Amino acid sequence: MSPDTTPAPAGSIPVRRLVFRLLLVVAASFAFGWAMVPFYDVLCRVTGLNGKTPGFQPGGLAGAATPLSAVDRSRTVTVEFTGTVMPGLPWDMRPLTPSLDLHPGELQQVKYLVRNTSDRPIVGQAIPSVSPGQAAQHFQKLDCFCFRQQTLAPGESREMALTFIVKPEIDPEIHQITLSYAFYNVEEPRREAR
Amino acid sequence: MDIATHPAEHRDAHPTGLLRWLTTTNHKEIGTLYLSFSLLMFFVGGLMILAVRAELFQPGLQLMRPEFFNQLIGVHALVMIFAALMPAATGFANWMIPLMIGAPDMALPRLNNWGFWLLPPAALLLTLPFILAAFGVGSGAIDTGWTFYAPLSIQGGMGIDFAIFAVHLLGISSIMGSINIIATIFNLRAPEMSLMKMPLFVWGWLITAFLLIATIPVLAGAVTMLLTDRHFGTHFFKAAGGGDPILFQHLFWFFGHPEVYILLLPVWGLIPHVLSAFSRKPIYGYRAQVWSFVAIGVLSVVVWAHHFFTAGMPVPALIYFMFSTMSISLPLAVLFFCWLATMWRGSMTFETPMLFATGFIVLFGIAGLTGLVLADVAADAQYHHSYFVVAHFHYALFAGGIMGVMAGVYYWLPKWTGRMYSETVGRWHFWLTVVSFNLTFMPQFFLGLAGMPRRIPDYALQFAEFNAISTVGAFILGFSQLLFAWNVIRCMRGQGDKAEARAWEGAEGLEWELPSPPPHHTWEIQPEVK
Repeated sequence: MSPDTTPAPAGSIPVRRLVFRLLLVVAASFAFGWAMVPFYDVLCRVTGLNGKTPGFQPGGLAGAATPLSAVDRSRTVTVEFTGTVMPGLPWDMRPLTPSLDLHPGELQQVKYLVRNTSDRPIVGQAIPSVSPGQAAQHFQKLDCFCFRQQTLAPGESREMALTFIVKPEIDPEIHQITLSYAFYNVEEPRREAR
Repeated sequence: MDIATHPAEHRDAHPTGLLRWLTTTNHKEIGTLYLSFSLLMFFVGGLMILAVRAELFQPGLQLMRPEFFNQLIGVHALVMIFAALMPAATGFANWMIPLMIGAPDMALPRLNNWGFWLLPPAALLLTLPFILAAFGVGSGAIDTGWTFYAPLSIQGGMGIDFAIFAVHLLGISSIMGSINIIATIFNLRAPEMSLMKMPLFVWGWLITAFLLIATIPVLAGAVTMLLTDRHFGTHFFKAAGGGDPILFQHLFWFFGHPEVYILLLPVWGLIPHVLSAFSRKPIYGYRAQVWSFVAIGVLSVVVWAHHFFTAGMPVPALIYFMFSTMSISLPLAVLFFCWLATMWRGSMTFETPMLFATGFIVLFGIAGLTGLVLADVAADAQYHHSYFVVAHFHYALFAGGIMGVMAGVYYWLPKWTGRMYSETVGRWHFWLTVVSFNLTFMPQFFLGLAGMPRRIPDYALQFAEFNAISTVGAFILGFSQLLFAWNVIRCMRGQGDKAEARAWEGAEGLEWELPSPPPHHTWEIQPEVK
């Protein structure tokens, strides 16, 4: 007796249909993995997970910035600024204001000094991250050099500005926020055949 | 989907030599292929890690460049997980599930053949970059560790592409094997065998098979995204383009944590059979064990983020993943209780399978308890990425996985080969293994507590003594496995005493009603199940 003529246990479905259903499970779980990509992005934007700030796209959330709320002078939040130039980008970067005490609701502007140390023009893109993550959704950028790609001529230095409000709705337990930028080379660095 | 429909008179005619093994659709032969491949790759992965331990024998860099060290640890892990432990479990499934449920063969025999023959090319893809690098091509094998973490894996050399394609092949093989196993269990059981009469080994594999088809495709998707990030300009995990490297960790461990239970559930399934046979008592708590398997299977897919507590997560998420992880210890405690209760007041004898099964219980218990420590968010901040983790998962996967597999091999080897292995050599193998295993990995707990990080070829001077002990242990452990190979090969060559149909007097189950070794085709008339 070969397997196909073996009496199947009561309640079982034909092998062909069972295999088809199991393949559907495989396809669904493959799709689930890919669906995680946009889902994770939305989750991060909504919750501030991983320090993603709202208003990353110009004309997006930032364009429709919430009306300026009253300044909460009863408390002070310290914002610290830092930046890293990622490998493959021969630039220097430092914040002109390393640290700033402000009242939630105040409109503030700070600048970074960025310099191209190479002898060729390079396009860079800054990626921000706010820590702690819970503060990210209340860190409202009105304008930022990170909204656009930045091109620096050989040896050029430029002050790059960031205008922002820390919204008064921020958790009263948060007294200190760190804003960090990672500057990347936009042109794909050619991978060396290692 | 192909079902064997050969006319009856052709069924025993098969090609000879290599072609016989390339074209076989017989579940016993494919099981033998899986198990032999697994044994071979066990030694390949073992040699790699002995080179690593030799480098770690003393502080400083003596034998190899750090890049090569990183390649060895990454490929060691991938080989041991995907090419040694998983094929061993699949080999058990192929041999034993049809025998244990009274089925004439697997439900999809040709798929079964294909599932196995994808493995050797995958193993070749994993190890080929080493050989290419020796001839000056490329930079060697994958050097990110087995976890492929981005952005490191986006920057690395072509060894990573090889590993990605190897994972694709291994994944396809596992999915095909799992579909086959589920179809066999659902459709080919003996008529009277309801699901709740199935042997526990079959239950363990049923849960494993479902976990595989639910999680391997996620891994396949994640490494595919990695591939497009590397070569086609996408930004799934590149922060520069708005992607997120942490997303890779989520996707990887969504597969990676269930993988732990994929490796262990077949072992938890076979251990009760061994305990029951050598305690001469029925399995205690059958239903409780079945439902524990189910509970662990369900919980395993909702706890993944405990592998990267330190990557940065909101506090509520940390707390959720901590408590859900710890809750896995409840069904596991039920299993431990049932194992002990099965032995309680039994007429126990300690032949080699029983030695390995009891050793498994003790050492796997240590894995469970140290796992609880790592699940604690506050404690994990210190232990993360230290040797404490290395020791923990080797107690889980060597003691819990490989020693469990060895218990099963010694238990069923007389059935498979019709020959008894050498009991003396088996006992030497056990005691050398258990002592040298602890000599290797117990010091690593202390190294981790003292702050020695994983995956680093050099270390500070204060770690020297423990590392030297660990290396000595690893070499004894590695070489004592040759006794195991000797025992297995001796039986396969038909040497040793003849085994009876019921090789162990206390053994229960349909497989022991067949002669040892079983004929090429078994259960063509399905058995009656009481």
